[in-house]
Amino acid sequence: MKLLRVENLKTYFHISEGIVKAVDDVSFSLDDGQCLGLVGESGCGKTTTALSINRLLPPEGIIEGGEIYLESVKLTVLSDVEIRKHRWKDVSMVFQGAMNAMNPVMKIGEQIAEAVVWHQQVTHQQAWNRAKELFELVELEPGRIGGYPHEFSGGMKQRAMIAMALACDPKLVIGDEPTTALDVMVQAQILNLLDRLRKTLKMGLIIITHDLSILGETCDRIAVMYAGKIVEIGSTEDVYDRHMHPYTHRLLMGFPNIHRPKLMPEPIPGSPPDLIRPPSGCRFHPRCDYAQEICQEQEPGMTTAGNGHSYACHFGGAFNG
Amino acid sequence: MSSIDGVMRRKKLKRFWNGFKNNRMATTGAVILVFFSVAAVIGPVLFPYNPMEFGTVETILQPPSTTYYLGTDNLGRDIFRNLLSGARISLMVGILATLISMFLGTSIGIMSGYFGKTIDSVLMRVTDFFLVIPWLPLVLVLVAILGSSVWIIILVIGLTSWAGTARVVRSQTLSVKERPFIERARAIGADHSTIMMHHILPNVFPLVFANTILVTAVAIISETTLSFLGLGDPTRPSWGMMLHYAFQSGAASSGAYWFFLPPGLCVVLVVLGFTFLGYAFDEILNPKLRRR
Repeated sequence: MKLLRVENLKTYFHISEGIVKAVDDVSFSLDDGQCLGLVGESGCGKTTTALSINRLLPPEGIIEGGEIYLESVKLTVLSDVEIRKHRWKDVSMVFQGAMNAMNPVMKIGEQIAEAVVWHQQVTHQQAWNRAKELFELVELEPGRIGGYPHEFSGGMKQRAMIAMALACDPKLVIGDEPTTALDVMVQAQILNLLDRLRKTLKMGLIIITHDLSILGETCDRIAVMYAGKIVEIGSTEDVYDRHMHPYTHRLLMGFPNIHRPKLMPEPIPGSPPDLIRPPSGCRFHPRCDYAQEICQEQEPGMTTAGNGHSYACHFGGAFNG
Repeated sequence: MSSIDGVMRRKKLKRFWNGFKNNRMATTGAVILVFFSVAAVIGPVLFPYNPMEFGTVETILQPPSTTYYLGTDNLGRDIFRNLLSGARISLMVGILATLISMFLGTSIGIMSGYFGKTIDSVLMRVTDFFLVIPWLPLVLVLVAILGSSVWIIILVIGLTSWAGTARVVRSQTLSVKERPFIERARAIGADHSTIMMHHILPNVFPLVFANTILVTAVAIISETTLSFLGLGDPTRPSWGMMLHYAFQSGAASSGAYWFFLPPGLCVVLVVLGFTFLGYAFDEILNPKLRRR
């Protein structure tokens, strides 16, 4: 059985300027113990997708259509009280910028214990011991558990944040840019840690990032998002080596690759479109080198390229020829 | 682990103590308040006072002497003893009224800022009402309707002085609730009351604390004002009540300085003590104001 199924999810923000179609008809699924990378530029709907799963959207954000299933539970129809029971116990999150995601006036151990006490019938002491166990699991000195967030370094805080995410043995962990604002060495350590924990604890993992380069070693599958839609999804190898969508191609050209001939990284011209009035047809056409007339008029459907690899482009792979 | 923790805590306490010790406003305020607290607690035990026990014609309006340390009032009652039991009333009213005021101001401020929208509009209009309406006429009417027992006075002062605190707490809550750790608390599955109690309250608490001391000073002045205007509880004469009697009996024009000077000075000193302490705490705890 699939761990997570997102089907035709539509999450819109109703603001005074109009309706922002932040996530528009997104579908993907995740097997038990699998890792999915969700990648795209800022403002393309990655975080909104993640927040929709846990129903943590701000009041303006409304799930207008589609379903989200966690195993057999339909998360999209649960009441506010019911969804609270699933939050963290089933789906937990590692937030971006752990430095801000901790309460500055609470001990870190206390913040981890809080999550345990909230979902399990345990005493405070048991929860505190659990927090110590988790500290060891994420390779932090258990003695530091009584410290306050400002006494931890950035990497340590991110580790503590991961410990917190694992507090209730969740089935799925969503890492929302878990390595942003960390230096490259710590970034690698954190990703290795997440990968190791996923394998030992057999949990599903979704990593949200704008940096395609960090996903190669951790993820089984990668979904590329652009302007609220998934434009390409497939196994990591397919997306890296056999990608068909020009946007994926440009993303991969955007950072240097030691396996490629020496070329300067090329930025993608322009910026992501206004999601209140998205471009007609293919949303990427104004920035696409290969756009033709049909791209302005007709929205491309998903084309399957086998092995669970599909893409949304009229001229898939045009950049190869 | 706990030793590191303990060391950090002791260090912080020590830093606070050093800041406190070297701050002349803080020490002055603390000395004044300790003095009056001790007087209020043990004074009436050593020198009991019964406001219903009047003197004779000979003991009316006596200047200070060895029998009456601070003289007697127009009904022959001992001013010194009255002053001590008045300290108890004034401090009690000040502190209890402040507790009510802080409780109301903090909870209304947090709820208003946290929930926003309709709840915010309703609560803030009520707050505006209390901020805008002239305080004295409102309190006069309330006390006149409800009666002038000391408990009613505490309640009325508490109910009418929370608006400023609510405003300040609300604005701080608005900023705290947008911080990512509140989102994390929501992601954990915490409900609204847990988020408000565990995550927002500790973060707005320094503000509430600094406000508390200053509101206490205001509450004491309020009590004095009410009593001076004759709305005090005659069975529990506070300093304001003494000033009221002194004013009524024309003590100032008849030169009976011992009648109005002691209660007046006491009010000024206690209020000064609270104000000093309030500003000093602000200076010690707020790094932006800390002098190096």
